[in-house]
Amino acid sequence: MSKLSRVLVAMAGLVLALLYVTPMWRIDLGAPQYPEGMGMRIWVNQIQGAKPNDLQNINGLNHYIGMAPIHPDEIAELRFMPWIVAGLIGGALLVAGLGRRPVLYGFTALYCVVAAAGLYDFWRWEYDYGHDLDPTAAIRIPGASYQPPLLGAKKIMNFTAASWPHIGGIAAFVSLGLVLLVVVLEWRGRAARRAPLASPAPRVSPA
Amino acid sequence: MSSRIRSSALLLLVAGAVVTAVSMASCGRTTATAASGTTTAGDAASKVYIAPGQLDEFYAFVSGGFSGNMPVYALPSGRLLRDIPVFSQYPEKGWGYSEQTKAMLNTSWGFIPWDDAHHPELSQTGGVPDGRWVFVNANNTPRVARIDLKTMDTDEIIEIPNSAGNHSSPFVTENSEYAVAGTRFSVPIPQQDVSINDYKSKFGGMLSFIAIDKATGRMHIAFQVHMPGFDYDLAHAGKGPSHGWAFFTSYNSEEASTLLERNASQNDKDFIAAINWKRAEQCVAEGKAKDTPSRYAHNAFGEDHVAKTVWETSTKVLEPTDCAGLVYFLPTPKSPHGVDVNPSGEFISAGGKLASVIPVHSFAKMTKAIEGKAFETTIKGIPVLKYEDILSCEVKEPGLGPLHTEFDDKGNAYTSMFISSEVVKWRVSDCQVLDRIATYYSLGHIMIPGGDSRKPWGKYLLAMNKITKDRYLPTGPELNQAAQIIDISGDKMKMLLDFPTIGEPHYAQGILASVIKDQQVKTYALADNKDPNAAHSEKEAAIVRKGNRVDVRMTAIRSHFMPDNIEGIQVGDSVYFHITNLEQDWDVPHGFAVMGGQGSELLVMPGQTRTITWVPQRVGVYPFYCTDFCSALHQEMQGYVRVSPKGGAPAMAYNTPK
Repeated sequence: MSKLSRVLVAMAGLVLALLYVTPMWRIDLGAPQYPEGMGMRIWVNQIQGAKPNDLQNINGLNHYIGMAPIHPDEIAELRFMPWIVAGLIGGALLVAGLGRRPVLYGFTALYCVVAAAGLYDFWRWEYDYGHDLDPTAAIRIPGASYQPPLLGAKKIMNFTAASWPHIGGIAAFVSLGLVLLVVVLEWRGRAARRAPLASPAPRVSPA
Repeated sequence: MSSRIRSSALLLLVAGAVVTAVSMASCGRTTATAASGTTTAGDAASKVYIAPGQLDEFYAFVSGGFSGNMPVYALPSGRLLRDIPVFSQYPEKGWGYSEQTKAMLNTSWGFIPWDDAHHPELSQTGGVPDGRWVFVNANNTPRVARIDLKTMDTDEIIEIPNSAGNHSSPFVTENSEYAVAGTRFSVPIPQQDVSINDYKSKFGGMLSFIAIDKATGRMHIAFQVHMPGFDYDLAHAGKGPSHGWAFFTSYNSEEASTLLERNASQNDKDFIAAINWKRAEQCVAEGKAKDTPSRYAHNAFGEDHVAKTVWETSTKVLEPTDCAGLVYFLPTPKSPHGVDVNPSGEFISAGGKLASVIPVHSFAKMTKAIEGKAFETTIKGIPVLKYEDILSCEVKEPGLGPLHTEFDDKGNAYTSMFISSEVVKWRVSDCQVLDRIATYYSLGHIMIPGGDSRKPWGKYLLAMNKITKDRYLPTGPELNQAAQIIDISGDKMKMLLDFPTIGEPHYAQGILASVIKDQQVKTYALADNKDPNAAHSEKEAAIVRKGNRVDVRMTAIRSHFMPDNIEGIQVGDSVYFHITNLEQDWDVPHGFAVMGGQGSELLVMPGQTRTITWVPQRVGVYPFYCTDFCSALHQEMQGYVRVSPKGGAPAMAYNTPK
């Protein structure tokens, strides 16, 4: 791996550390009665209201449509996600340290699987909250679901729910993007070495 | 005395103040009052138009006068924002009915459900309104209330002993060291059974200084000054160079006790009493004040948001003769009403109700006269200065019936003219009249935001009128009183808006909205609710019987009560419904009312507990419900309480959360 690639992979690992200090995802809710808005901030290890009482108030409103209350203590992912992130940071630093292409490819494959599983898990979580409704709830609309979008905005009754990555989530995408970029760089670097006469000599010799 | 003044004075004597406004034409004045009153500035509408969803520039705390409360308006739109309950029971808000608030209306005369609230006064730091508290006086049963400007709720009420008619109150000193409370009516001190004919020998007037705790705002009566038996009408504290002094107008220096409209209008000059309160502090520290027994109520909310009464037992009373340099009398024509200190603190003007001029005293000249001991005479040991020695200038021919003056930030003063029903603008430095504008009708106080402080926001003037007549659609014999907003930003005053008010808009205080807007409490933290009967969650909801007292600790959250089915109540029980609002969301109060309840509803703010007592009188099953439309299922927010015969009730039973 080139020196540049090793630096980029190390950066991909370090940027993930932002997940410990900023939220990963944001869900914002607006309604005619809530001009000030309310929302949730999803961290790797917790779910908080955007304002001090928002989570409690969202749960309070959700009981009308029979949605289960969100109790962060009961969400298992929030317990092991910090360790997964730590594993990814450690893995990236290891790839950068070893500088070996096969390790890079293996790590990238694992990273992609973890990212896809994470997004699927998040969608599944939203799906469950939106569909697993108390049949005795006050408001029941046949066929209706209240699943918030994975990405983007959606009208759910009087609320507009918008779901976007927060700083930590953006950092995670940047991290994954960096790793994929390095894979491309390395793949092209390998091709270049196989046909040395067809292209100018690389200015930086491979490590 | 000019014939015009004499004729208006005569009218006052013959017909009373109320009808004088009608007689303005006979006074022959050709002021703007002769106009029909429909003229406004051409662009007036745009100046007071606050588009839907937009916010006003100023808060105005307008006393409700005889409503006993304090409405809060927005300027310049005149929108009514809130009516703060203070001295009067207020069933809409459960004020004075709920167990937590009843004690706020305790006095040494027992529970009093009403008073006459006259003068709001914002707390100040460095002579500038600081947005912490607003004080207001109760005129009839002397009291001063402190309202917290974070919650806009009354937080404390203290009774003023040895006083009768707490009118010259509660004006604050430059850093809210004190709020003053002077008595309008002199009375026997201490109160005793004496002949009214002994007025001159037995009656006195007490001027009280209420110390305000810098951190908490808590009030206590630091000392009282025992003055001659005049009527102490209004007050303002000095500022800047005059900081350390408080000025009280007095009328009835004749010391009449009957038919005052004639008998108290004989002297050509009455007085402003200038009190050196820093000197008073020295005398108190030197032990010159006498501890005087009295019993008075001091009501305040504790940490648990439950009002409690502490019975105070004495005050420190200073006799001017025991404390040289404490008081001086400034001769002032004639039966002066308002006394107002300009923003620099150098000039003190007074509105002599029956005077033909507005005198402006100079503080520097007053100090010099005191140093030179050039006294005209003394009254009961109090030196009287010479009018000519202390006068800065007189506003000549200002109008009829000057009452109150406020100031702008450009060196101008504005005085209300009750009889000629107009605001007169004059320059403080040379007493020249600059402009006048009619108001409708017979205004009392006027208010410029910050207009009695060191920093007026000289943009709008609120004129508060006593007579309404034809200003709005008529509503039978009783009409709401009127207020008008006048643009004072230019050379000429312009009428902008006219709106009816609650009660009597007696005096007001205004403050830039940005000073207090963002400190408003939105909910009370449920976790901090220390009410002894709070239920912090539905699991804490419970019913406890002790003899014939039943405590129901009930919770409210959209859209149900817990419990909402109650059995085991007997006729004649005292049922205490303690309602805790579990909401932690902005603007989601819940109400509570039970059929046959002989008190009021409860209106419970998020995180708060409020209690109403119900004595069921008849056997049956009776509903209770939420009175504040809280949610889409508000109509479902209801419950039942079963009332059984005395001694024949089933066991206490109620539902609990699943």
